[in-house]
Amino acid sequence: MGTQRRFRIWRGDTDGGDFVDFDVEVNDGEVVLDVIHRLQATQAPDLAVRWNCKAGKCGSCSAEINGQPRLLCMTRMSTLPPHQPVTVTPMRTFPVIRDLVTDVSYNYQKAREIRAFVPPKGVQPGEYRMQQVDVERSQEFRKCIECFLCQNTCHVIRDHEDNKARFSGPRFLMRIAELDMHPLDAADDEGVDRKRAAQDEHGLGFCNITKCCTEVCPEHIKITDNALIPLKERVVSLRFDPLARLLRRGRR
Amino acid sequence: MTTTSSSPPSGIAPPSPHQRARAAISARTLRTDRWWVSPLVTAIVLGAFIIYTGVRLFMRNDYWVAAYHYLTPLYSPCLSASCVPGSSHLGTPLPAFPLALPLPILIFPILAGFRASCYYYRKAGYRAFLLSPPGCAVSEPGTNYTGETRFPLILQNLHRYFFYLASALLLINTYDAVLAFFPASGGFGVGLGSLILLVNVVMLWLYSLSCHACRHIFGGRLKHFSKHPIQYWFWTQLSKLNGRHMQFAWTSLITVMLTDFYIMAVAAGWIADLRLFN
Repeated sequence: MGTQRRFRIWRGDTDGGDFVDFDVEVNDGEVVLDVIHRLQATQAPDLAVRWNCKAGKCGSCSAEINGQPRLLCMTRMSTLPPHQPVTVTPMRTFPVIRDLVTDVSYNYQKAREIRAFVPPKGVQPGEYRMQQVDVERSQEFRKCIECFLCQNTCHVIRDHEDNKARFSGPRFLMRIAELDMHPLDAADDEGVDRKRAAQDEHGLGFCNITKCCTEVCPEHIKITDNALIPLKERVVSLRFDPLARLLRRGRR
Repeated sequence: MTTTSSSPPSGIAPPSPHQRARAAISARTLRTDRWWVSPLVTAIVLGAFIIYTGVRLFMRNDYWVAAYHYLTPLYSPCLSASCVPGSSHLGTPLPAFPLALPLPILIFPILAGFRASCYYYRKAGYRAFLLSPPGCAVSEPGTNYTGETRFPLILQNLHRYFFYLASALLLINTYDAVLAFFPASGGFGVGLGSLILLVNVVMLWLYSLSCHACRHIFGGRLKHFSKHPIQYWFWTQLSKLNGRHMQFAWTSLITVMLTDFYIMAVAAGWIADLRLFN
């Protein structure tokens, strides 16, 4: 049996916009994306929303529901307060294209700035051999579906647009951590210091460990504890630990 | 998955003015839950701890119970010639202090630095005191943000050194806890105070061992766990503790405060120590 719920959806584009109220039927077991689709079918056929798999695996339907960065397809209506309107907005960190659709190209630009995996010399694809214990840390990070909710919620760029040029955000700092922990990555041999790049080129120092990226991750990746803090600790050894520096010099 | 580059970065292309426009939403946050409760509670509890310890450091009395060998962790080790006789396990290498100078003037900065630069307390402090941000998806009030790239917050990177120093102090705290089971009357004895000191030192060990810097030192820095099985085992065990670092941070903070208060109450004669054995 359906019930009537009020939805407040931000509608607009780069020239401006506002909240529009809709009263819409909601049925048991539905997620927010189901209701958005019902609105498209019944009241607002031109409502723009990006979606794809409806299973929390493609990372397309990222938005903000009642102010919280979430996937539209993974937010059950039954988890939202029943007597309040449901507010849906586009992600606020990225430029809006229309309605709930944002331009996330910032993330693709940042991804291209990271040096890809460098295979060791003399080892061809298909010849990589790694122990499970050596790759399990990185495997957690490979669960990322690139919904960019962590990027969206990170206050470094959410509240400070000017930091976007200097800060790559949690998703891509996690990517650097993944590569730096990779047992076969030979970036060092090509003169690429991933720790130095994380600090100097990707703005690791801007991160102040407030863990919002971890809180919003739909894949429950412990971004802060397992990627960002270990990466910070590696940078500490490189930059802020004179004892470690002396030991490194002694080994050379 | 996004594609990373096989060549060195060429720099981000500046966005066009059209690309810069975010959705025009003026509200600081649209969250409807009580997101402000957590930073408020954090600010109250941490504020209470800071005020309490500040007062206790300047009191310079009621920190040692000679009859049962109870020494509060806030004053351990007591290194000044001004320390109450018997409370200085390591001797008194420092001269007598003027009244305005707290006795643990060398010790407390280490403990405070260890907590202040701790990765958990950083999150708590930034949210509760600097409002940077006060909550997830809640705008921060400041207009400029440089994070931990500049002085003074860049000093947070010294956490590892505070960990080393605090671990040395923790060994002394452990000695204090053991000593509390051997009262001045001789032999072995158990009182409520000795049990409180024991619980406190256990919580301090759990807090220190679950520290992110400790996890890094014991194995997190490695690239090949398979080549270092012993360090991998340590890293695995410490990672389990690390998952509860926040709980240990709060519990140990409260046990330090309660331990100090109990010892102060016994030393001042407000209550008698509840003796369970001898």
